[in-house]
Amino acid sequence: MRAYKPKDNVQAKAYYTDRFFVSPQVAKFSPESDEVFAQDLEAIKSKFEVLDAYIQVGQMVVYIKPEDNFRVLKLMKKELTYTQLTEMSAIDWIAQRGGFEVFYQMLSMDKRKRIRIKMFIKKGEAVNSVEKLFRSADWSEREMFDMFGIEANGHPFMKRILMPYDWQGHPLLKTYPLQGDEFAAWYEVDKIYGKEARDAIGPELRDPAKVDRYDSERFARLGHEVPKGTKITGNEPKVVQNYQEDGGVFMIKKFDKKDSVVIDDPQR
Amino acid sequence: MAQHKVNYTQNGGLPVALTSIDKIVNWGRSNSIWALTYGLACCGIEMMASGASRYDFDRFGTIFRASPRQADVMIVAGTLTKKHAEFIKRLYDQMTEPKWVISMGSCANTGGMFNTYATVQGVDRIIPVDLYLPGCAPRPETLQYGVMLLQKKIRANHASRAQKAKRLM
Repeated sequence: MRAYKPKDNVQAKAYYTDRFFVSPQVAKFSPESDEVFAQDLEAIKSKFEVLDAYIQVGQMVVYIKPEDNFRVLKLMKKELTYTQLTEMSAIDWIAQRGGFEVFYQMLSMDKRKRIRIKMFIKKGEAVNSVEKLFRSADWSEREMFDMFGIEANGHPFMKRILMPYDWQGHPLLKTYPLQGDEFAAWYEVDKIYGKEARDAIGPELRDPAKVDRYDSERFARLGHEVPKGTKITGNEPKVVQNYQEDGGVFMIKKFDKKDSVVIDDPQR
Repeated sequence: MAQHKVNYTQNGGLPVALTSIDKIVNWGRSNSIWALTYGLACCGIEMMASGASRYDFDRFGTIFRASPRQADVMIVAGTLTKKHAEFIKRLYDQMTEPKWVISMGSCANTGGMFNTYATVQGVDRIIPVDLYLPGCAPRPETLQYGVMLLQKKIRANHASRAQKAKRLM
């Protein structure tokens, strides 16, 4: 038999306490362990300063200096056949290290390899845009600006992409509350009706588990509805739901099952 | 002889029905509820299914219109984001009176599972709603039943009296 575990008050018990789960690190390997990656790393190292490099989950990660990013990506695209920028964004490390890690995920279809170029920038610093090299960076850099507030110098249209233009705050920062700050909570009310409408419309109801003590009075059992204001005792008679009034509807005949014919011949 | 020939011998032998102004106006209104095409998310798929051949909204007189000027009812089918909130208000204002709003699905009713910074927590924060349909997403039958209930609501109106325009504020 299974060991008995007391189950009282399981609802109140938090079974997950880690605010931000820190995943265990996957093993890192030296770039020399892969022939292709070793050559690529040599090519980058010959022209630029490489701070760190390793292979993780079959992909090489290379740390460079932020001012080199455009030229490193140009070298990788033109000479090392990494012709696709599949993804780019940033990681918020402000609390731990006071800045962001910006990454560029590159794919070479010729070599069938992926390399991730990473660089660390301090909070408030801008990066060089790589939009001239990869068209995919156009929207990605706008998203990075929208979500983290990192601007890309040289971008043709450095504006928000997902949030509205008049939005305040950058939602993917770890300090940004999931349910929005004061500005986000009143955004639509302020914009449409003005700030003076806040009192009339009221704050957002954000607690999905909220139980109003009047709920059992205001809402009857489904199929046992009673008129508004009736005291609910719990043994209401069953009500047949009608979508037509009792006296019938003008010009509309009620469907009568007795007069209807069921066609069961599929070849009719 | 035509199959659907009107039987004039019923109704006292005359093709005449006596009624009141209220009833004839409400009959017209409730049986030609033209809906604004407003699929915002996955509920929009169910709304499309309601309009397609299997469930066939046309037999209720509900025809989807792409212009708010021609629509009577706005079926808000899906998640309303804060970025889109001003546009739903604008489209609602562009609809001609009398107009009704059906809030379809959990997201439109309360924000649903999107308890986030970018989602409006219920369209009734922006526009007045006549009918809330529960479900995630509600099946086409639910929407059909909702439209039937809306018809019932319209029929309960006094069409000959001046209507008070519905405003949230």
